[in-house]
Amino acid sequence: MSKKSVLILNRTSPYGSSKPREALDIALTCSIFEMPVSLLFLDDGVLQLVKNQKPEALGQKNLESILSSLPMYDIENLYVSEEALLIHALTEEDLSLPVAVLNSDQIADQINNHNTVLTF
Amino acid sequence: MKFSIVVQSSPFSGQSPATALRFAKSVLEQGHELYRVFFYSEATLTASELISPPQDEVNLNKEWADLAKQYKLDVVVCIAAAVKRGVLDTNEAKRYEKSAANLDPAYELSGLGQLAEAIAVSDRIITFGGQ
Repeated sequence: MSKKSVLILNRTSPYGSSKPREALDIALTCSIFEMPVSLLFLDDGVLQLVKNQKPEALGQKNLESILSSLPMYDIENLYVSEEALLIHALTEEDLSLPVAVLNSDQIADQINNHNTVLTF
Repeated sequence: MKFSIVVQSSPFSGQSPATALRFAKSVLEQGHELYRVFFYSEATLTASELISPPQDEVNLNKEWADLAKQYKLDVVVCIAAAVKRGVLDTNEAKRYEKSAANLDPAYELSGLGQLAEAIAVSDRIITFGGQ
């Protein structure tokens, strides 16, 4: 099987829908198939990365534990939109994982550089 | 060109599921290959053969099933996302001890590996119902 690179765009808030979980499920699956996977968090998607989430109060599973397992699946290309961080008044220190912060030109480059883009 | 389509949205919300169907028809009419259609997330509800809209409304379940028969398409429904939402084939109905199964026979339940494989072999992956 050819090794197509996959970029997954995460644009939605962590607990408003099943999208974040489903995006991570496909990220892990592609990684098991030895496809290079990158995740890009933008818009409300940056909220998925905020540290010390307590979704138990909503009766939901914590995303943070899945996100923290990404490096074990060799998913180390984690990107965040600079603009989205700014809009949500966040800095890298508020996030649970080490990420690369990208401006809009760099985001366009990443989209260009991957074979397949999936949006969630 | 070899296409695969990912549908993510419920058959009854928004324009994207209907656009996905029209895109699939165009791809096939123009002589391209449609390698796989993958229903994920809320779109797994499309595979319920119990969907019964009023007669003068579009029935996306039937439209996809008819297209699949006409072109012998590989129409795959994510098993985890489907079972969670109550779309079960006879095997899953047995496994979860349910009294009935409702997966339309034109669709097949399978894993996310089918999407990964479609990504690997298709020239283009087109997502409908993403954000």
